[in-house]
Amino acid sequence: MNLAAVSLAAETNESLARMSDVLIYSSMAVYTLAFFAHIAEWVLGSRSKVGRTAAALTATDTTAAAPAVTVQVKQAGGAAVLDRPKVVTRSAAGTRDVPDGPGAAGGTVQGDLYGRIAVSLTALAFLVEATGVVFRALAVQRAPWGNMYEFSTTFSTVAVGAYLGFLVARKNVRWLGLPLVTTVLLDLGMAVTWLKTPSDQLVPALDSYWLWIHVSTAIFCGAVFYLGAVATLLYLFRDSYENKLATGGNPGSFARSVMERLPSAASLDKFSYRVNAAIFPLWTFTIIAGAIWAGDAWGRYWGWDAKEVWSFITWVGYAAYLHARATAGWKGRKAAYIALIAFACFLFNYYGVNIFVTSKHSYAGV
Amino acid sequence: MSKTETETHDLGEAGAQLSTAPKEETAVGGPTLGVVGWIRWFWRQLTSMRVALILLFLLSLGAIPGSLIPQTSADELKVQTFKNAHETLTPIYEKLQLFDVYSSVWFSAIYILLFVSLIGCIVPRSWQFVGQLRGRPPGAPGRLTRLPAYTTWRTAAEPEQVREAALALLKGRRFRAHTIKDAVAAEKGYLREAGNLLFHIALIVMLVAFAWGQLFKSEGGKLIIEGDGFSNTLTQYDDFKSGSLYSTDDLAPFSFQLDSFTGTYEKNGPQRGTPRTFEAAVTYAEGGGADKKAVIRVNEPLKVGGSKVYLISHGYAPVVTVKDGRGKVVFHGAVPLLPFDNNITSTGAIKVMDGYRDKNGKKEQLGFQAFFVPTFAGAGKGDMFSQFPALDFPVIALTGFHGDLRVDSGLPQNVYQLDKSKMTQFKDKDGNKLAQRMLPGETMTLPDGAGSITFEKDIKEWASFQVSQQPGNGLALAGAIAAIAGLSGSLFIQRRRVWVRAVRGEDGVTVVEMAGLGRSESARLPEELADLAVRLHAQAPTAPEPAEDDPADTPAGDTADTPADDPAATPAGHLADNPAGHPANDPADNPADDTTDLAEDPADDPAEAEAEGAEK
Ligand code: HEM
Repeated sequence: MNLAAVSLAAETNESLARMSDVLIYSSMAVYTLAFFAHIAEWVLGSRSKVGRTAAALTATDTTAAAPAVTVQVKQAGGAAVLDRPKVVTRSAAGTRDVPDGPGAAGGTVQGDLYGRIAVSLTALAFLVEATGVVFRALAVQRAPWGNMYEFSTTFSTVAVGAYLGFLVARKNVRWLGLPLVTTVLLDLGMAVTWLKTPSDQLVPALDSYWLWIHVSTAIFCGAVFYLGAVATLLYLFRDSYENKLATGGNPGSFARSVMERLPSAASLDKFSYRVNAAIFPLWTFTIIAGAIWAGDAWGRYWGWDAKEVWSFITWVGYAAYLHARATAGWKGRKAAYIALIAFACFLFNYYGVNIFVTSKHSYAGV
Repeated sequence: MSKTETETHDLGEAGAQLSTAPKEETAVGGPTLGVVGWIRWFWRQLTSMRVALILLFLLSLGAIPGSLIPQTSADELKVQTFKNAHETLTPIYEKLQLFDVYSSVWFSAIYILLFVSLIGCIVPRSWQFVGQLRGRPPGAPGRLTRLPAYTTWRTAAEPEQVREAALALLKGRRFRAHTIKDAVAAEKGYLREAGNLLFHIALIVMLVAFAWGQLFKSEGGKLIIEGDGFSNTLTQYDDFKSGSLYSTDDLAPFSFQLDSFTGTYEKNGPQRGTPRTFEAAVTYAEGGGADKKAVIRVNEPLKVGGSKVYLISHGYAPVVTVKDGRGKVVFHGAVPLLPFDNNITSTGAIKVMDGYRDKNGKKEQLGFQAFFVPTFAGAGKGDMFSQFPALDFPVIALTGFHGDLRVDSGLPQNVYQLDKSKMTQFKDKDGNKLAQRMLPGETMTLPDGAGSITFEKDIKEWASFQVSQQPGNGLALAGAIAAIAGLSGSLFIQRRRVWVRAVRGEDGVTVVEMAGLGRSESARLPEELADLAVRLHAQAPTAPEPAEDDPADTPAGDTADTPADDPAATPAGHLADNPAGHPANDPADNPADDTTDLAEDPADDPAEAEAEGAEK
């Protein structure tokens, strides 16, 4: 038998494992409530603030230069002592200067209330799910990343954690709420039905501290790349919407209602760029850490195994995205498509390679 | 002109050289000048960002088939199975080298072109960067109000005083700064460019290390039964692969012996059967040196003589004794069997090739098919599959054949299988095929005085090892570390310029103007500028407005509130400057592209994202 597929496995504490299952199911229930609260936020949120974008766009069309934005520099403690200069910033010519939408609540009190409830429920669900993951780890006495069920639960926990982290840092990311909670429910649904693996499953060759390093960074990269991909997708929608308005088109009322409440295309684009660019070095590190581990376990650091190939493709995809943004004729929508393709490669590496392709990375058993 | 201008033409010299990215060639169509012209055109295309992008695309696209089609380098057996199953596809795949994607001509072409492009891009960029490091930040553009971040105020301090203070302040902040005419020009963040170049150079280092490793590597497999030894020569290997430039003289002189193999398994609970430890205790010697002891584990290879010895798999090797009809021992030894499940249910073949004669004294060969379980479920309990991986209740089942094993037929033979095409199965008195289940110590007698086979009590274990030698690993690792460091510099550092202009206004009061320019709009640039302005303002405080009675009430902001686009706000003397600043001799550039370049910022943004991380 292949030794690489075997290692020290830990004793399963069955009651801990059962508790972990209960917690994951409970988190799904809470996420579902958060989902409905988000729906209520969108439905009750104002639809009346339509036209801001159009107004802004026509304004930019008529004025030669983009309007100046005044940045208020930090004020000193003193009351009337305003003796410091103000910095004036300008948008670059050629970019649309469009204000961000007001968010799903659309500035209404009721919508906002539901939005806050949704965020609170998401935070609660996150805590429950994270506890579930920790219990799973305690139950199997190892890193809880031995199979796809465990990857999926950790993955969605980290994605929600990153989203909440952005919220805590007071970033404008509440627009992520509904798409994120929806996909988290899908991810968990798949995890508990098709990918469910009892915790007493044989544990494969993960007996190395590289497991902690390599797999944890891989999951983190995936979760944050996912947030970037959602922003990229919304950017594409919002960008077409703005283009339509700028060229005098008349979008339908549903499109208007949804798109008006999202941040401007420029903000979405910037968010996805920041996220992708910040994670790219970490993804590079993840691949290198995997190679070092492979060198220890299999005697070669790179062997074009299916998993390795798709990690490489994902990496090259994101590098192409970064290049595209620095290449005339490729920035904007084309770069966004590349980012989406790169993320699709990441997803394929996870689902596709684990399920359909035989790979040396057999530990990722369904 | 040789300078790069992907940004801000309307700022002229001031906006140029903020990076060393190659100039965008928007003109399509070939040159009209002969061969040299074409070569130059081709070279310029190859080293352009656009072609690099396309090659990156092709590289990832080209890598896909290798992950979906079996590869010779990974699993030859699977390739063979695939070839047998797909008669029409196989010749096409073979022609396209789809069974060897990563060493195929077309895949190599893609990455070689990419790396030629990369080198063709790095070399001029490095020179340019050295030039930028030696040069000084360009002087202030005519109208500072055009820059993405701007601030101004009036002060009673002398212009020279303000400039001196600004120079000291910026130098203190580790800007490279100097005074040109009426303004201080400063620049910071060169590490971004350095990081970017380092990253791209590191990619080349990694490729070289990889190629080096591929060409000079060697990898051999060897199965060793407890008590047996191995010395590192080609003939000793069960299988051996090496790079095209590898010479077998490079095999490091060492030898080792497998003293014992220990596998322990969980005995109870739901994890019953899960391996706990796998340890191969070995005695090894290097180049005729003294014997040393070592233990090889799954993630802990033995490093000896520049090679690494990995523990790959293990199994059982029952010891059997075969006698002929006259009681002469014709075979005695341990026979390694191949496990096929987690509880080490194993199969294999025992081949008696020489020395056996049948009862009539005729030379013949014997073959036995063996089926072995280390832990038997008990008679009558379903199929004969092992219940546990350890040797708790070992049982072997044998069926015997005689005839010609066809080992001399010239075809390579699987040691674990019998070629039965020239063999006849032994039958017992009743004409049934002879097969027997045996406990250790038991003997199966072959019919008609054909001899016997004994399953000895001593059951050995075997372990298989992979011996790898791959030079260039250290270089690859160094390249990888440099790549990550360079990438972080390239993505998290923002290169930016700051200008401080101080001139005497028409009313005799000094006007201070400060402006900042990054590779694009950035939230941090105005913040940094504001911070600098606050410091400078402390040394050159706002002068009282002539119109105001009470100077204490004058908010400095009022002056600064001047709309940025109001040309009247800028000192009159600079209005004459060419506002377009578009270099006349650069017609290929598309102004629209240049301006949008301002809108994105590879540098500052992730740094901010990181800062967010730090805040958490
Ligand atoms: C092996 C393939 C390559 C990879 C993986 C790669 C990767 C990268 C990455 C990640 C960046 C950072 C992007 C940023 O700063 O926003 C970058 C920037 C850059 N790359 Fe490459 N690159 C490759 C090949 C090339 C080639 C062949 C060229 C030459 C044409 C090139 C030219 C550049 C330039 C000029 C930049 C700077 C762009 C900027 O400052 O915005 N790269 N590259």
